Amino acid sequence: NTVPPQVVPGADPSARQLCFAWGPAEVLVCETLFGRAGGSRSRCLFRSPSPSRFCGEGRAGAAARALTGSVAGTGEGAPSSPRVFVVRRDQDIYIHTLRKLFNESHGIFMGLQRSEEELAGKSRKAQLVQVSKNYRSVIRACMEDMHQAAVSTRDPALQGQYSTQVSILSAMELIWNLCEILFVEAAAAGPLLLRLLDWVRLHVCDVDSMVREVLSSESPSKHKLFWNVVDVFVLQGRMDEARHLLSKEASANPTSMNMHKILDDLMKKMPVPSLGNTQTLTELELKWQHWHEECQRYLQDGTFASNPHMESICKILLGDEDAILEKKELMTTWYHFLVTRLLYSHPTVKPLELRFYAQSSMDLFLGGESSPEPLDMILMAAFEFEMHQVIKECSIVLSNWWFVAHLTDLLDHCKLLQSHNLYFGSNMREFLLLEYASGLFSHHSLWQLGVDYFDHCPEYGRVYLELHIERIPLSTEQKALKVLRICEQRQMHEQVRSICKIMAMKALRNNRLGSALSWSIRAKDAAFATLISDRFLKDYCERGCFSDLDLIDNLGPSMLLSDRLTFLGKYREFHRLYGEQRFPEAARLLLTLMTAHIAPCSFWMTLLTDALPLLEQKEVIFSAEQTYELMRCLEDLTAGNPDKQKFQDDDVETTKVEMLRLALARNLARVIVKEGTVEGS
Amino acid sequence: AMEDVSAKFVSQKISRTRWRPLPAAALQPPDLFATGSWDNEDNRVSIWSVGDLGNAGLNGEYHGEPHLLCDIQHNGDVMDMQFLDQERIVVASSTGTVTIFRHHQNNQTLSANHRWEKAHYHVDQDTSCGGAACTGVVCNNPEIVTVGEDGRINLFRADQKDAVRTIDNADSSTLHAVTFLRTTEILTVNSIGQLKIWDLRQQRNEPSQIFSLAGDRVPLHCVDRHPNQQHIVATGGQDGMLSIWDIRQGTMPVSLLNAHEAEMWEVHFHPSDPDHLFTCSEDGSLWHWDTSTSVSEKPSFLHQGGRSTAYLSHSTINQSVVSAWLSNDPTKDRMEITNLIPNQTLSVNSLDVLGPCLVYGTDAEAIYVNRQLFA
Repeated sequence: NTVPPQVVPGADPSARQLCFAWGPAEVLVCETLFGRAGGSRSRCLFRSPSPSRFCGEGRAGAAARALTGSVAGTGEGAPSSPRVFVVRRDQDIYIHTLRKLFNESHGIFMGLQRSEEELAGKSRKAQLVQVSKNYRSVIRACMEDMHQAAVSTRDPALQGQYSTQVSILSAMELIWNLCEILFVEAAAAGPLLLRLLDWVRLHVCDVDSMVREVLSSESPSKHKLFWNVVDVFVLQGRMDEARHLLSKEASANPTSMNMHKILDDLMKKMPVPSLGNTQTLTELELKWQHWHEECQRYLQDGTFASNPHMESICKILLGDEDAILEKKELMTTWYHFLVTRLLYSHPTVKPLELRFYAQSSMDLFLGGESSPEPLDMILMAAFEFEMHQVIKECSIVLSNWWFVAHLTDLLDHCKLLQSHNLYFGSNMREFLLLEYASGLFSHHSLWQLGVDYFDHCPEYGRVYLELHIERIPLSTEQKALKVLRICEQRQMHEQVRSICKIMAMKALRNNRLGSALSWSIRAKDAAFATLISDRFLKDYCERGCFSDLDLIDNLGPSMLLSDRLTFLGKYREFHRLYGEQRFPEAARLLLTLMTAHIAPCSFWMTLLTDALPLLEQKEVIFSAEQTYELMRCLEDLTAGNPDKQKFQDDDVETTKVEMLRLALARNLARVIVKEGTVEGS
Repeated sequence: AMEDVSAKFVSQKISRTRWRPLPAAALQPPDLFATGSWDNEDNRVSIWSVGDLGNAGLNGEYHGEPHLLCDIQHNGDVMDMQFLDQERIVVASSTGTVTIFRHHQNNQTLSANHRWEKAHYHVDQDTSCGGAACTGVVCNNPEIVTVGEDGRINLFRADQKDAVRTIDNADSSTLHAVTFLRTTEILTVNSIGQLKIWDLRQQRNEPSQIFSLAGDRVPLHCVDRHPNQQHIVATGGQDGMLSIWDIRQGTMPVSLLNAHEAEMWEVHFHPSDPDHLFTCSEDGSLWHWDTSTSVSEKPSFLHQGGRSTAYLSHSTINQSVVSAWLSNDPTKDRMEITNLIPNQTLSVNSLDVLGPCLVYGTDAEAIYVNRQLFA
């Protein structure tokens, strides 16, 4: 996360007053006269190679920062040289190990968009919870990979980077899991506590190594950390494990056997909410009250007085805040404290009561010693059921859009965000998806994933896609075909045309006329097909033979795309017929090319010249009528090309015309004689 | 069944997957494959092992995911890839270069063994940016044939520095793929829907035969030849259509089978069981085409049992029987078609089949291995 911020060259907010205007893929930075006299109106539309955003000093900068949620440089501490910085849209997009996260979650996202909205009630909820779990398991898998990478690398800098990523991913999973419990599953009183306990057990891992060390020691009950581990189990509500450990200690101390038995019995009997509907909340509360009183009795009659460890456990069972807080070190976080407190004081806590306990737990736990960190604020917002606050805080703190985009989409599918429309048009879900997908598009390889996200943004997705897709570099035909397919599937005609044109131009530059033509055929680009046909004809005129016969001979129906292409195909057919000595057919075709105005006028002289050898065959080929038509063509051509247009090579041209006239006249004579003879006989 | 498929996300878009060929008379299923990536800033050729054989369950199912053995940086997109032998692999690059990589199995490393710089190029071979993508490569050790966007055909020998033969401007459009028809003849497909046969013994730079799709000249992207009946050729097109050609007769395909909704990137007959054909596509699907007529006639070795099952080369096909692929009505009860990847969204760029095993790679940066194809 320590990439140095890129400075926008020439933009100096101290000398000129700048303003910013947002576009989907770029930012307009320009000088403004607003509120200031003088100054020129120079403008620069800054197009960065990868879409990114800007922030400068002052208000515009703050706005940019708030929007992007990125923390990259705002030039703080350097008031003497105010500059405008490029703020990366999404830094984490460039982390290689996270590509697994982006790709795998893309599949889950697509599954969610396809999922059955019609599924009613419970089954729909189960489906959404499963989706949420799938997202989390991808985060976890990524975390494990990242952890492996951190362990296996020898480069300390890299190791540090990986470790930071592990903690970011772990925080993401922690937040997501809580949102899953509170919003997606919306666990009710009773099961809610069980879920929160699972949540704490899964995420408070700081004590795991201690637990492992004690459990794997030769005689755990003799270990100096033995009671700490028992406390950990009790604080996390892992009663069976705690009892198991305690029984080991009991067998080593036969004198305190009775005390052990009583504590074990209390722990065994502790009523817990059930996930099924086997007991009502009132039943549970009654049982719990009874059990609580029993604990109280044992504590008061001094049963555990001789053993401070066991006495403190009994106090914890009674929900004694001071006793629990004494174990601060073993809980490590205020939200562990919260859940432990709920477990032993308010096991039937209702979702909407959480906020009070959460706030007081945080205050008690931090005790004014330290101020809450961003993660604390996010979790607190979740406990307060302030979904939008959670998303907003996450947007600011996290250096990626992945998290908020996917979480918001999931919450939207849970129909929890309907009412919230943002002032800038689209709703929050769409806004965040657009940001995330734009980040994907700025990446060299991940752009393909972005397409599907844009597809699921009904309002602006299409526009964004259109703007982004045009910037994908078309390095090979294969890549161009993939981009083209994306555009064709979405009827993006403009983009289809432009891609084909770029590819056709490229092919033309490389002298690959065949490829160029097939690209323009794909785009049905008649003008370009005409251009290429002209190149073919020019080559023919220069060299006297056709290149790329394999293509021209196989134009098929695509020949009809442009008049010039039709002419090219037909003209080549004339040459084939001529080559095969099928003279009458060749002659008829040649004449049709002119009389039906298939051939461009500029080419008529070439065609008439082509007629010369046919006129001079031993056998008469052109009929009298055809000869007249040829003559008319020649006269039309010379008339349309008046004498005033004198060329350098006029002599050559005049000679040609003279030769043609002569050949036509001779042919006419021969044909009159021949036709006369035939008729006469 | 999908449960037998193991997947691995590899953080690079995969353009090619290839099983390492098995030594003659090998009784084991393939255990090693190579992949190539595309469209990354840093592209790679990698060698993977399919997982721990020691983890085989009682029914012979494995659960290990593919495991990276070694990889090497590759300049440009990997456009095509083919094993020359057990150790060497020929890779076609978007830069026009063709490289032979050697896989050193003793210390699990890859190294460039030989390189033909800009074997494919536009206009001028010597200019700095003149390279044209090499789109296809096929090997018949020691011979290597490559084709490219430049419409050129190169014939190399693994042991010779210079090309044995080059046909410049062999095709006026882009050549998309190449395969051997016989030892001296090759088949190419191009971007205007043509299938061409070239006889490399002949000196003239013209194809000996041209076959063509009727109607719109839909580009063809891949080609494979039936391993036993060499006159049967399958091609896949831009519209996702599977075409079956009988090159003994006519100039048009014998049958056109509606298949994928977008470009078909690869088509492969099963090398030892050519009643089965596999195709993959830009639309994110991978289809298994099965023409083995009825269950009872299915050769028993298809049913992969325990580890001891032998994968013998096919000897039971009666050559005189008209192949199911050429039957006039291939849709009529004769062909069973299964999409092996439901709900996939991004392109499946490549697949390879060998014995009971299938490997494929996607633009979603994942590779998948199915070791019980016929289970």
